[in-house]
Amino acid sequence: MKIVYTDVLVIGGGLAGLRVGIGAKRRGHDVIILSLVPPKRSHSAAAQGGMQASLANVIKGQGDTEDIHFEDTVRGSDWGADQEVVRMFVNTAPKAVRELAAWGVPWSRVRKGDRDVIINGQKVTITERDEAHGLLAQRDFGGTKKWRTCYVSDGTGHAMLQTMSDQAIGSAIPVHERVEAIALIHDGARCYGAIVRNLITGELLAYVAKATAIASGGAGRLYRVTTNAVICEGIGGALALETGVATLGNMEAVQFHPTAIFPAGILVTEGCRGDGGLLKDVDGHRFMPDYEPEKKELASRDVVSRRMEEHILKGKGAKNRFGQHLWLDITLLGEKHIKHNLREVWEICHYFLGVDPVKDWIPVRPAQHYTMGGVRTRPTGESPTLKGLFAAGEAACWDMHGFNRLGGNSVAETVVAGMIVGEYIADFCDRAENEVAIPTALVHDFLRREQSKIDVLVDGRGTEDASAIKGQMQDLMTARVGIFRRGEDLGAAVDGLQQLLVRSRNIGLKCKARGANPELVTAYRVQKMLKVALCIAHGALTRTESRGAHFRQDYPRRNDAEWLKRTLASWKSETDTLPSLAFEALDVRRMELPPGWRGYGAKDYIDHPDTPKRAAEVEALKQAMSGAARFAVQEALMPYASLLPERYRGRNERIDEPLATEPLEAVQ
Amino acid sequence: MNDTAVKTIPVAVPVAVPVAAPVRNGVAAVRRKLSISVLRYNPQERGSVPRMQTYALEEADGMTLFIALNEIREKQDASLQFDFVCRAGICGSCAMVINGRPTLACRTLTQNLGPQITLAPLPFFELIGDLSVNTGKWMRGMSERLEGWLHMKDPNLDLRRIEERMDPDLADKIYELDRCIECGCCVAACGTARMRQDFVGAVGLNRVARFRLDPRDTRTDADFYDVIGDDDGVFGCMSLLACHDVCPKNLPLSTQIAFMRRKMVTLGWK
Repeated sequence: MKIVYTDVLVIGGGLAGLRVGIGAKRRGHDVIILSLVPPKRSHSAAAQGGMQASLANVIKGQGDTEDIHFEDTVRGSDWGADQEVVRMFVNTAPKAVRELAAWGVPWSRVRKGDRDVIINGQKVTITERDEAHGLLAQRDFGGTKKWRTCYVSDGTGHAMLQTMSDQAIGSAIPVHERVEAIALIHDGARCYGAIVRNLITGELLAYVAKATAIASGGAGRLYRVTTNAVICEGIGGALALETGVATLGNMEAVQFHPTAIFPAGILVTEGCRGDGGLLKDVDGHRFMPDYEPEKKELASRDVVSRRMEEHILKGKGAKNRFGQHLWLDITLLGEKHIKHNLREVWEICHYFLGVDPVKDWIPVRPAQHYTMGGVRTRPTGESPTLKGLFAAGEAACWDMHGFNRLGGNSVAETVVAGMIVGEYIADFCDRAENEVAIPTALVHDFLRREQSKIDVLVDGRGTEDASAIKGQMQDLMTARVGIFRRGEDLGAAVDGLQQLLVRSRNIGLKCKARGANPELVTAYRVQKMLKVALCIAHGALTRTESRGAHFRQDYPRRNDAEWLKRTLASWKSETDTLPSLAFEALDVRRMELPPGWRGYGAKDYIDHPDTPKRAAEVEALKQAMSGAARFAVQEALMPYASLLPERYRGRNERIDEPLATEPLEAVQ
Repeated sequence: MNDTAVKTIPVAVPVAVPVAAPVRNGVAAVRRKLSISVLRYNPQERGSVPRMQTYALEEADGMTLFIALNEIREKQDASLQFDFVCRAGICGSCAMVINGRPTLACRTLTQNLGPQITLAPLPFFELIGDLSVNTGKWMRGMSERLEGWLHMKDPNLDLRRIEERMDPDLADKIYELDRCIECGCCVAACGTARMRQDFVGAVGLNRVARFRLDPRDTRTDADFYDVIGDDDGVFGCMSLLACHDVCPKNLPLSTQIAFMRRKMVTLGWK
């Protein structure tokens, strides 16, 4: 039996995992990162548009602060987010973007003077300040009050991942590539690492660690049509789920991005609309202002995607041989802007559609894009139910996105969570009581169990086809657990998925190789994916309200009175075919921003009984403190600073908000 | 060295210009039968020998090699190995030799190829099996050798402070070189790499050029000379420049290599 020992085991080599690793390593702990693919190929690279951080450098971002970023994020989440976590996030995002600037990311910079931009379909000249020249630039994104999204042309995620991965190499952090965690080692109370399969040789190894962090990204591939890379199959969540102890939060909260090219589902960035692109229908009519007069194309993604599907249902979709779609028109941005700032978009249109977006409209339709739910953690990133298990980034639910994530908040989250959770993991490893004392017999048991599962697949007499089951799951999820949901469809999906899960226990393989064997990989993954899919479908069926991206046609209103709570799914027994659901209430009485209208989307909702009282309290406090510094008001409303690692506390400097010149040590 | 090795590679395949799909306005055309020949070999499997295997399948509208290969694996041959991740031309996983030319498979539309398609793994890199090669391992090794990360002036940052300024044009220029996706096409097409297993390739030289351009990096030309000032570095390049021709991101590799060589020659003469 081969056992590898380390202090910190990180599952996933994208932005979140790498940043967790760098943080823990810097604190003196040994780190091993596991990655299915070379880390620079992780799905983080696909984030095109940008990273939100309230730097307020550009003129259209002037006056931006953490407060406004906080409110945008909470409204975007449809009040599903943990507001303390959102506060931690918005205060750390400027630090994260500035750290990356120092580490080498070639962020696009502000150029002083006049420039032409497209706002609401019109060419407008804006003038950037001299004092902002050379600082990080920001662009407009959906659901934000200020231009806040820092970017590197339209290859933001790529550039961030290059730099982050380079720094991990510079920090001499080993990345074990082409390996896959297939089970967590645990005793029901404490996580001790993972059983890992080498995808080239097929060998199983045990990795034993003080702290194990899941940073494996999203679960888009549960759907047929998704913008996600093929490795985003939700396996990290499944590993946590299969412990029977750790839980998944809000899995029914699934985001559909408005502008995936049709039909391939490849993303074209929200930056297209942020920079002035318009959505048009079969008649060439710009329809979004009809539905959303205030934010138009730049309402939050859940709202825009629903409006698009609604418009198609009204018969206004354009048709091509694959079906119905709408148009994204960026021709008005001009060739220079498109070939410079939206170059990946140009390439994607060119190679996959044979369309030149300088001259032609782009066929788009919403596609699955982001998993708001994930491994439920505390603000420290640690599972509240399984000690030593951490999660960060899209794989986690700590929970800053609630029921809808804003564009630009995902790559920002990966890095911010990596910074924060990396520190807390280091703290955890520093404590003497967290030394690992694990009987090798336990490791052996897990290894044997996983080996025998693989043996059954390879040598067994199963008759089911793994990729057929996977395809049927993806079709069910896309057809019945999509943008518009109904009890009837969801019930059918839950039934269908359960049947598929039972059938997946009887998979037989055509290819019997024990080493590299893509069919075997599909087989053991689809067994896991179905459990995650059931968490989504069952959660969606149970949640009889509409909130953020979770929209029930049969329950179209947000219902704070009954549903201002987080869904927690767990998988109690291997023989179960359904997750067990529990619910944890969000406490309105502690919210800095009590529930209300988001400023876009549906205006009617059912209040929580505590909301009017808390809203009055917040208002009174703001009145009483009028004239006080915004930081003081914030602290009185909802103190959160103690939740942040000391290293990342402190205010953020801006052109219009200079910091006193005290040295760093004085603050910490 | 003659350059025949390189000359056999660039067979003109008009990947860049998509042509009209065979079906328009609901009028069905006859779908083409594609014949895809794959160089197969699994070094992990005892008794496996390199061989060509041909798969027949019907072309579909908008079919890419990503779609075609997955269909073959699902319906015809579960053991076929290949690598795709983003399937959108941005992650660099799927480089392979398509009709003799290294390029990204995911964004190659079958409609731009003839009905007979030949696929082989990238040469030079360690073969994992069939079309899958270990570019990641080589890239990490190259990066360690060249110290391919930004060397900061002071790693103790005060993150509360406004970031350092950078000229907007310079930031754009650095990004231009940072667009490399480490797909390995340049190395696979490289004449020098065929002779020198330790050659850093256009990908490595481009990395160095990128950090050299970056004022945040503290290294001097002398430092860079230490890592690329030999025949495994910039002096190994024979200026055949197939790297430039095959780069899927159209990086300015020829000018960068020439520029770096000039800089390094100046240093070498001193």
